[in-house]
Amino acid sequence: MIHVEGLTKYYDDFCAVDHIDLDIKGGEIVGLLGPNGAGKTTTLRMLTGYFQPSMGDIRVKEFSIHQDSLAIKRLIGYLPESAPLYKGMIVYDYLNHVASIRGLENGAKQRRLAELADMCGLREIMHKTIETLSKGLKQRVGLAHAMMSDPEILVLDEPTSGLDPNQIVEIREIIRRIGEHKTVILSTHILSEAEATCDRIIIINRGKIVADGSTQDLTAQQGREKQIQIGLLSASAEAVTAQIGAVPGIMRVEPMASQEDNLLRVNVICDAQTDARADLYAAIKATDWILVEMSRETQTLETIFRELTREN
Amino acid sequence: MRQAILIFNKEFRDYFASPIAYIVIAIFLAVIGWLFFSTFFLFDQADMRGFFGLLPIFFALVVPIVTMRLFSEELNVGSYELLLTLPVTFRDIIVGKYLAAVAFVAALLVPTLAYPIFISFLGDLDWGVVAGGYVGALLLGSAYAAIGLFASSLTRNQIIACIVAIVICIPLAIFDQMLYFFPQSILDVFSYLSANAHFSNIAKGIIDSRDLVYFLSIAFIGLYATHLVMEEK
Repeated sequence: MIHVEGLTKYYDDFCAVDHIDLDIKGGEIVGLLGPNGAGKTTTLRMLTGYFQPSMGDIRVKEFSIHQDSLAIKRLIGYLPESAPLYKGMIVYDYLNHVASIRGLENGAKQRRLAELADMCGLREIMHKTIETLSKGLKQRVGLAHAMMSDPEILVLDEPTSGLDPNQIVEIREIIRRIGEHKTVILSTHILSEAEATCDRIIIINRGKIVADGSTQDLTAQQGREKQIQIGLLSASAEAVTAQIGAVPGIMRVEPMASQEDNLLRVNVICDAQTDARADLYAAIKATDWILVEMSRETQTLETIFRELTREN
Repeated sequence: MRQAILIFNKEFRDYFASPIAYIVIAIFLAVIGWLFFSTFFLFDQADMRGFFGLLPIFFALVVPIVTMRLFSEELNVGSYELLLTLPVTFRDIIVGKYLAAVAFVAALLVPTLAYPIFISFLGDLDWGVVAGGYVGALLLGSAYAAIGLFASSLTRNQIIACIVAIVICIPLAIFDQMLYFFPQSILDVFSYLSANAHFSNIAKGIIDSRDLVYFLSIAFIGLYATHLVMEEK
């Protein structure tokens, strides 16, 4: 569906995006992750035809961004960060205007507007001026703008930034619903969001792709160690460290601060290949400690992200 | 072309959606009406020369106010990004916005049609000259609007856009009154560059192709420069 080759963007001397190669299949929900200033927005802006690439090519279906940017713009619906809509316009007028530019004829236009009003929950605000809307509502109008022509590809730049938790859930819900049929590319720096909504995650740092795959792929590739957290009653830190540290496959034992008096929490770090849970339990069973908690944590996206995008 | 018309519709309606349009029209009419009629009866002649004589300098101040928001506002709000990622070409955007500004200038002139109607009751008014004057006014407004559009595409600050446009338009309006400051050798160049001279030709009722070419080339240069700025961004 989308084929990106050697995509590069310079701002004067600064290289914001550095030779990115990328293939995105139809129907994928792709999350573009990276710290601030990593080149996410620049990449999306080139993809949507707002910026000209300094080098490289983007092909969407058979169209190239250099020759047929208009054809690509027809295929893509785009929501820039924080939905910069025309402030003075009424929501209905605005969407109507976009629908006309998107080439919808009268009957189809009214039908589409009604559909989008339902899908994005705009019924009550259709007659309001855009500048009076809250951020979440504005974002929904922006989504309606992006989806107007029922595009095959939807590009969303930080669709949930600045929203409250309820609004975030709503917007994610909408994105997931769209993603059932469409290709969605979204950028975010909220990791849980990428995990929750995306099939595939691409981590960008300093204009380069540093990781690409599903959440499971990434954790499997990058994970060298696993963590098991246990909570014990009537145990001392020294004894626990000695007893558990002897279990095969355990690399380290780190006592953690606990709010409850009697309870001792420890973080057990073991290597990724062995599953030490059974041995661990056996080791605890042999003592008179009371096991109240035990949970396994594989390496999270967050730790991977931090590892890959660390400033050095 | 269809896209340009849609952008024109939106921009033209935008003018009247905010009070600024009405304020500009009201102030324009009040000031130019007062200046025109305060001397009109002294001359004791039923013509519009006084009115048209004021237009080059008036438009140099008013048209930049009309055009300043066209690009600057979009650049400032960020809606420029949305606009450019819709399936429209630079040309659609420029033509749509430009025509909206020209149409607004026309709307500005419509109420002044009351003046010649009023004057025609007082004496024998030559309607041919008046018609020529209005054609000239529209051409003058179109040329200034293209300059204003260009200025607006340069910056996200509307005030700066307005001032840049005024700084370009004012000299065009007053060159021919300052010709004695220039050396003889370049006099012809500057007198050709003067919008006032070309406008007063047309306002006399003489429609000369040289004057038409002048206004159309100013408009074209302004629009083309806007296109270059958009490409550069």
